[in-house]
Amino acid sequence: MSRELCLCVRDLSIAFRSGGRETLAVDRVSFDIVKGECLALVGESGSGKSATALSIMKLLPYPAAYHPSGSIEFHGRDLLQLPEREMRQVRGDDITIVFQEPMTSLNPLHTIEKQIGEILLLHRGLTGAPARARTIEVLTQVGIPDPETRLNSYPHQLSGGQRQRVMIAMALANEPDLLIADEPTTALDVTVQAQIIALLKDIQARLNMSLLFITHDLGIVRKIAQRVCVMKDGKLVEQGTVESVFNSPQHPYTRALLAAEPKPDPAPPQPDAPVILETNELKVWFPITSGLMRKVVGHVKACDGLSLTLRKGETLGVVGESGSGKSTLGRAILRLISSDGPIVFMGQQLQGLRFKEMRPFRRDMQIVFQDPYGSLSPRMSVADIIKEGLKVHFPDVPDRQRDERVVQALTDVGLDPATRFRFPHEFSGGQRQRIAVARALVLEPSFIVLDEPTSALDMVIQAQMVDLLRDLQKRHNLTYLFISHDLRVVAALASRLLVMRHGVVVESGEAAELFRNPKTDYTRALFAAAFNLETAPEGVVEQ
Amino acid sequence: MDAKTLPKSARTAIEPGIPPELKPDSEPAGPMGLNALPRGFEFSPINARRWQNFKNNRRGFWSLWIFLVLFVLSLCAEFIANDKPLFIHYEGKNFFPVFFTYPDTDFGDVLGTAADYRDPYLQKFLDEHHAIEIWAPIRFSYSTINDRPPSAFPSKPTWLLNASDCDFAAKNGYSKCGTLEYNWVGTDDQGRDVLARLIYGFRVSVLFGLVLTIVSSVIGVAAGAVQGYFGGWTDLLFQRFIEVWTSVPELYLLLIISSVLVPGFFVLLGILLLFSWVRLVGLVRAEFLRGRNFEYIQAARALGVSNRVIMFRHLLPNAMVATMTFLPFVMSSSVMTLTALDFLGFGLPPGSPSLGELLSQGKANVQAPWLGLTGFFTVALMLSLLIFVGEAVRDAFDPRKTYA
Repeated sequence: MSRELCLCVRDLSIAFRSGGRETLAVDRVSFDIVKGECLALVGESGSGKSATALSIMKLLPYPAAYHPSGSIEFHGRDLLQLPEREMRQVRGDDITIVFQEPMTSLNPLHTIEKQIGEILLLHRGLTGAPARARTIEVLTQVGIPDPETRLNSYPHQLSGGQRQRVMIAMALANEPDLLIADEPTTALDVTVQAQIIALLKDIQARLNMSLLFITHDLGIVRKIAQRVCVMKDGKLVEQGTVESVFNSPQHPYTRALLAAEPKPDPAPPQPDAPVILETNELKVWFPITSGLMRKVVGHVKACDGLSLTLRKGETLGVVGESGSGKSTLGRAILRLISSDGPIVFMGQQLQGLRFKEMRPFRRDMQIVFQDPYGSLSPRMSVADIIKEGLKVHFPDVPDRQRDERVVQALTDVGLDPATRFRFPHEFSGGQRQRIAVARALVLEPSFIVLDEPTSALDMVIQAQMVDLLRDLQKRHNLTYLFISHDLRVVAALASRLLVMRHGVVVESGEAAELFRNPKTDYTRALFAAAFNLETAPEGVVEQ
Repeated sequence: MDAKTLPKSARTAIEPGIPPELKPDSEPAGPMGLNALPRGFEFSPINARRWQNFKNNRRGFWSLWIFLVLFVLSLCAEFIANDKPLFIHYEGKNFFPVFFTYPDTDFGDVLGTAADYRDPYLQKFLDEHHAIEIWAPIRFSYSTINDRPPSAFPSKPTWLLNASDCDFAAKNGYSKCGTLEYNWVGTDDQGRDVLARLIYGFRVSVLFGLVLTIVSSVIGVAAGAVQGYFGGWTDLLFQRFIEVWTSVPELYLLLIISSVLVPGFFVLLGILLLFSWVRLVGLVRAEFLRGRNFEYIQAARALGVSNRVIMFRHLLPNAMVATMTFLPFVMSSSVMTLTALDFLGFGLPPGSPSLGELLSQGKANVQAPWLGLTGFFTVALMLSLLIFVGEAVRDAFDPRKTYA
């Protein structure tokens, strides 16, 4: 490999001004990217890795953001000093970027051809047949099947993985020297994630371009990068080749990051414990209507005939890709959405109960959601958030006693009770998720639905969360329904496992046994993608 | 690709104002002690930021102050422009004519009707008995007719009178210059002081606008909230109803109703309310539609919280941001509507102080430009101030607005 330097970042600092306050987001960061190499930028959310990437493209919200120091040299030119006009020529031509969220990165009103064609027109002046030929070429490159027929598709007609491929195609259209990938796989399913990683690796090697890969997932780093930079609190704490950093990490934070795998120690299955929850052929069908009279012409079968039994003290893991109906299942059991088929909870039939009749049961069945930013009302203090359930279920208890229970719940989840008067935005993602757990826990439920409670968290915090959940389960003899697409976390918690696809159970059984011996191709593909980032053979999983 | 097309995730990652999470997760947040007190009445940080953004829009900030000063002054209109004294001390007794009606027998007359303090006879009587009188700065109320004008009505602002006007007054039996009461911006075509009418008219306009805005917002927000939260058939039927309702021609209906009912303040308010509540419904409905699928709403439902509490405590604050942004504009258009109706003669009953009536007098009396000009400048000032305040409020609630 030639050692021609592609990008050279020196002493880069980024600060944000907001209402007289200044926050230093990135503090004197220096790194190089050699032509044809992949550099991974690793760190937790808020460590400044995205800001660093965006400053290379000069996409930060200037002038609220500014650079107290530093230079970004790209082919001998300092990008920070470049006027906006010249910068526009660099963007999309020499340097391109792929964002995390493929759902919102594409303009929903334009066809694929138009969006890729725009870049070709801007930088190369290509129109008509040559532009179309080039578009088909890059779409083929990123592995979109039948690119000719896809040209006139709109983004909503593509799956998440395909949209991300289109984003990559847009980024590749002008054969950039540097591609910045800002967590390009975080929003995707494990199986699709493996495919995208393989694609990026392949393209990078073929085109001999440089890749700046931003991620918080060390598994991906090991798979794709040659060198790695670890960022923490806006500082670059460690950099080196992947082997050296992974094998002999120098900085304590890197070591913590590497040790942050959730330890598998699930609660054992309890075949003799009393049954907490039982469903029989549970169905959630959403009608598809058409025509003037809204005649029902078919159904979207989100959950189709699910039977499960959950015993006290167990954790039932529900895994599957997005759209497999696992979240729907959780909500249907809690009767947050309507469903068909019996749901028996602690010997009581829940199906058919009205909102008010459900209320006494809500005390015993709680839910923790995925997004710690979305699941807490931003306008209520933590104490009020946790107290809300107590007010509903224990309206006669004096406020003082409620407060004591709030303090108890916060202590249980490892938060300082003195923080209960603060508002959610003052807490980090992991702390917020603890608050959400405390809100569920304060009612002393016997059954909690955990709907991807760790998916939005950083690696280190994920491991802490798993430990917390396991600890709480032991202390309070809780029963969990654990919904996740992250098999590493499921492996750490689930006593039994339910693999779902398209609303039906593909496979189920004791977790330990299932992990050792998956019976179906689908489960095998899921495991391979999750644990080794390996792509499945054609046809087993969708793109 | 420019900064505006950034995906949401990338934007929030770099959005200033959200401090980067730097604390290790296991560490308890912050240095607060165990007996920390709840945070009481201080602005929450987001509101502090909004207030800062509002203040940063200097024009809107000053507009708010000017408007408030004018409004408070006009609320005290009785103390600024009144044909009754504020206070009389006569024969050891205190009188407050501004608050109470006294019979003229109290001041030496024999009729027993309510005292007319502008009557020269009564004035002479009080002077002779060395009574202490305190008058408002303007000795006219909105309906007081100036009975000693320098010319036929409408008469000029007193300070604009020149020698030929004085000559004319002397020759034609009008009051002579030098003995005149001051009319700062003249009188209208019925001899009433324009400034006094302006002050009272401003008050009526603003109060009308305010009440209409508040009541129609309450109804609109409630209707939008119910539609958005319950969705489905409720939403569908309500939406169709609103479509039919808004296509009713408002002005014609108003004409018909005002020929049946005597249009007073509250009748007009009621009629305009019938149509103005629709304005906020769409906005609030959209916010509730969006908000009802938030995870914290789901969480509240999973806790068993009732629909009403969820709507009030969790969803309403979200919708309020959009509503608040809209309010100043709703208010200025309410003021506009009343002025327009008054101008056309379908508004407040004859004799009421009103800006619209002043404008229509200005139109009818082009030879008396002080009528039209005063009306125009007042309405223009009031609406501009409201719009400027509205812009500042919009800035304040804009989460992306940052002042570097």
